[in-house]
Amino acid sequence: MTDNRFFNRSELIGILALAVFLVVVLPLTLDVFRLNLVAKYLTYAFVALGLVICWGYGGILSLGQGVFFGLGGYCMAMFLKLEASSVENTKIQSTPGIPDFMDWNQITALPFFWKPFHSLTFTIAAIVLVPGIFALIIGTAMFKRRVGGTYFAIITQAVAAILTILIVGQQGYTGGINGMTDLRTLKGWDIRPDHAKIVLYFFEVGCLFVCIMVAQFVRHSKLGRILVAMREKEDRVRFSGYSVANFKIFAFCIAAVFAAIGGAMFALNVGFMSPSFVGIVPSIEMVIYTAVGGRLSILGAVYGTLLVNFAKTSLSETFPELWLFGLGGLFIAVVLAFPNGLAGIWGDYVQPRIDRLISSRKPKPEGWTDSSVADGAPAE
Amino acid sequence: MLVGHQPKEFLLAVEALTVSFDGFKAVNDLSFYVDENEIRVIIGPNGAGKTTVLDLICGKTKATSGSIQFRGKELTRMRENEIVKVGVGRKFQNPSIYDDLTVFENLEISFPRGRSVFGALTFTRDAAVRDRVHEVAEMIFLKDKLNMSADLLSHGQKQWLEIGMLLIQDPDLLMLDEPVAGMSVSERAKTAELLNRIIKNRSVLVIEHDMKFVEDIAHKVTVLHQGQILSEGTMEKVQNDPKVIEVYLGH
Repeated sequence: MTDNRFFNRSELIGILALAVFLVVVLPLTLDVFRLNLVAKYLTYAFVALGLVICWGYGGILSLGQGVFFGLGGYCMAMFLKLEASSVENTKIQSTPGIPDFMDWNQITALPFFWKPFHSLTFTIAAIVLVPGIFALIIGTAMFKRRVGGTYFAIITQAVAAILTILIVGQQGYTGGINGMTDLRTLKGWDIRPDHAKIVLYFFEVGCLFVCIMVAQFVRHSKLGRILVAMREKEDRVRFSGYSVANFKIFAFCIAAVFAAIGGAMFALNVGFMSPSFVGIVPSIEMVIYTAVGGRLSILGAVYGTLLVNFAKTSLSETFPELWLFGLGGLFIAVVLAFPNGLAGIWGDYVQPRIDRLISSRKPKPEGWTDSSVADGAPAE
Repeated sequence: MLVGHQPKEFLLAVEALTVSFDGFKAVNDLSFYVDENEIRVIIGPNGAGKTTVLDLICGKTKATSGSIQFRGKELTRMRENEIVKVGVGRKFQNPSIYDDLTVFENLEISFPRGRSVFGALTFTRDAAVRDRVHEVAEMIFLKDKLNMSADLLSHGQKQWLEIGMLLIQDPDLLMLDEPVAGMSVSERAKTAELLNRIIKNRSVLVIEHDMKFVEDIAHKVTVLHQGQILSEGTMEKVQNDPKVIEVYLGH
């Protein structure tokens, strides 16, 4: 067994393959518009990645990940919006120097909670901490009281609904239903032209791989195995001396932070943030990405997200009315026929064939057999 | 009886323990004491409250009133995982193991280290862990199955695995709920042998219906009936108690 805390050999190959696909293949084959579309899809992959840990491994189904995606996205958007609302840019407003939507809503001074978002350092900290702490509070309130399963899923839905209503209702502070639009520069660097989109794409892919590594680390640690154990026999874990609630809170928080990073990337890459990415429907869509990719597969989450979103874009152009039924149907089909999603199909049908092909080739490549046997053996 | 008399010499002191579920007293004013290194078997007809007593001790069920002292610590006010940490281990009636993990991983999770979130993240599978897992696996007859997924084990092997998980936890008080239920004759004999080996240096509280098995292992027997103690003492004494014969052994 490769005694690495992040991955074993076959996982390393998978991670490298994904890296080549995202860093080399896509940028070389797609135009900037399509690449930016991929960047937008990948922001959801962060959420799906978190759901693999939280739902796939921990068995905690959250139908409110849009909340954290939104919180991260709004934190980033607030910074960008403030930068775009310099006195110079907004001199036609009745109060120059505040975001345009505030001016439209007769607000004459920047609200106190907006002020720290002048600082990029604060913003970056807030992107991680605000959703992290919010998840900690929800998680503590729920899991310490042993609320779980369906009840937890329903409560996360309610939180998503509440936050959407709050954002839409507090137009003057949040931009309301339109969200925060017209984001222009990051520390003076224009994020709108094509070359900036390309740089941001690579930055996002970099962040995605950092998150993938964190997820891999969690999965390969004893904590990852405890999550699996908990999913099956919560009581046994409790009577082995673990505080089940703390482990659930951890899984939920890490999923929230991943989702928030995705949200911040969304604001950067797409150039706006709105409540339509916070509510119940987007939250459920994010679960579907994870289910399609395979809820136990970290890399599957990325592929699942890309696949569903490409299908969504192309199908919704052709059959705008039928698309949502298609998405629902896809979810049901995956759950019924392939509970482990794309990753399950790969592992059950494709991988064995590849292995057979390789092992039937003569002479055997040096060292391959040994390590493939070691990888096949359960961890020890 | 309690005043001025602190039973320091007992490992476990259960006093006036009562639990009522919507008015039904599953355990009613129950008191008993377990010594260090004692093997106590609890027997009684179905519904006598045997499993409930174990649930109360390990914190799965909260007592309505009464006290459970373990080495002078009050267990009724502690959380389940804290009770484990002071040295109480519990095996459930149906084998409660992790089917999706291997035998090795099942045992490793029970190794008493890295039980906090941070501890679990930084836990390393070092020589101490590996040696202990191998040692226990040998005791529970699963040495060759360490890398096997636990759901492929037979019923009896799953029971052994759960006993192994408790062993690795190394509790001072080991509670076993029907450890030989559903086992074949040969598995039963092996389990008795296993139990006789692992009870050294610890106290054991066992619930069991199999009277032959009880005779083999028990130092002392407590007979429960309708949440109360019907009789207590050596196997011989209990077997000859007319009350016990009437409600339980007579059938």
